[in-house]
Amino acid sequence: MAEFNITDKVDITDVNCPITFVKTKVALEELDDGDILEVRLNDGEPVQNVPRSLKEEGHKVLELTQNDDGTYRLIVQKVGD
Amino acid sequence: MAFTNEQLERYSRHIILKEVGAKGQKKLSQAKVLIIGAGGLGAPAALYLAAAGVGTIGIVDADEVDLSNLQRQVIHSTADIGKPKVQSAKETMEAINPDVTVNTYHTFVTSGNVLDLIKDYDFILDGTDNFPAKFLINDACVMAKKPFSHAGIIRFKGQLMTYVPGQGPCYRCVFKNPPPKDAVPTCKQAGVIGAMGGVIGSLQAMEAVKYIVGAGDLLTGYLLTFDALKMEWHKVKLPSDTSKCAVCGDHPTITELVDYEQAECDMKK
Repeated sequence: MAEFNITDKVDITDVNCPITFVKTKVALEELDDGDILEVRLNDGEPVQNVPRSLKEEGHKVLELTQNDDGTYRLIVQKVGD
Repeated sequence: MAFTNEQLERYSRHIILKEVGAKGQKKLSQAKVLIIGAGGLGAPAALYLAAAGVGTIGIVDADEVDLSNLQRQVIHSTADIGKPKVQSAKETMEAINPDVTVNTYHTFVTSGNVLDLIKDYDFILDGTDNFPAKFLINDACVMAKKPFSHAGIIRFKGQLMTYVPGQGPCYRCVFKNPPPKDAVPTCKQAGVIGAMGGVIGSLQAMEAVKYIVGAGDLLTGYLLTFDALKMEWHKVKLPSDTSKCAVCGDHPTITELVDYEQAECDMKK
C-alpha cells in the first residue's frame, strides 16, 4: 500500500447510493486543490460507482484497495476549488 | 455546520448539482427569504423554498383560508378553512421540512410596517394580488436595497421580473404608477387558472434559490411573460436606463412610502 499524505477521511459505509457519492462530494468540498481524501466504502455498488463519479467531476482517483474487513479504501485527490 | 446523513439524503439531488453542491446547500440553510402573500403565488413558492431547505422563511398575510382559495393555493387544505393563512402555510412547510424556521406575520403590508418586515431578510418574494401592495413592496425594497421577485397572475397569464439593487430596473421603472382603481380587475374579479400560480410562483422560488446559491442569470433587466392559452413565453428586455425612475433613479422624487388606494371590492371578503 502506497503512503499518501491524507488530509481528511470519510466513512460512507453507513449510507446507500446516491448518498455515498454525496457524502464523498461534501467531504471533498471542504478540502483545497491537491488535498487527499481517504474514503472507506463497501464492496459492490459503491466501489463500482463512487470512483467513477469522482473521475467524472474531474478528481484524481489514486488508489483503491481492499481492507481486512472486506470494505475498501479509496484514495482520491481533489482537483479544483 | 456539518450535514447529518439524513440531511445529505434529503438534499442529495441539490448537492449532486455542481451549481449547488454542499456549499450552495449551506447557503440555502443560512438564507432568509420573506414571502409576502400566502396565496396563489406564495403557496407554491413557500412549498418549494421549504422543501429546498431555506433556513428561515417569513410569510406575511392578513387573510384567513377561504374555500375559494383552495382551487390554487396548494399549501392550504380543506381542513384549514378559517385558519390564518400564515398559520396554515407554516404547518404545511414544517411538515415538509422540520429543518426550516417559519416566521409568520398575520398582517397586511403597509407603509408603516413594510420596512420593518423586510429588514432581516436576504430576498423578498412579492406574491400579492394588488397594485398598491406591489408598488409598496417595490419602493420599500429599493429604499432598503433588498433584492426581490415581482410576479403577477390573472386569467391565463402570468409575468415576473427580478430586481437586484444596482443591477437593472425596478418595478416602478417599468410600470411607473398603479393604474386607476378598478381600471384593472384583480384575480378575484377576473379569475385565474389555478396552475398559473404554480408556474409563476415556482419560478419566483427558482429565482430566490438561484440568487442565494449564486447560480446562473437572474431575471434582472427582463420581464418574463407567459400566456398559457397560447403556451407562449416572452422574455422582454427592459430599458436599462434607470436614471429617471421616480424611486430608483438618480434624483428620486419618491422618498417616502405611499399607501395607494385599493379597489373597494378587494378590501372586504
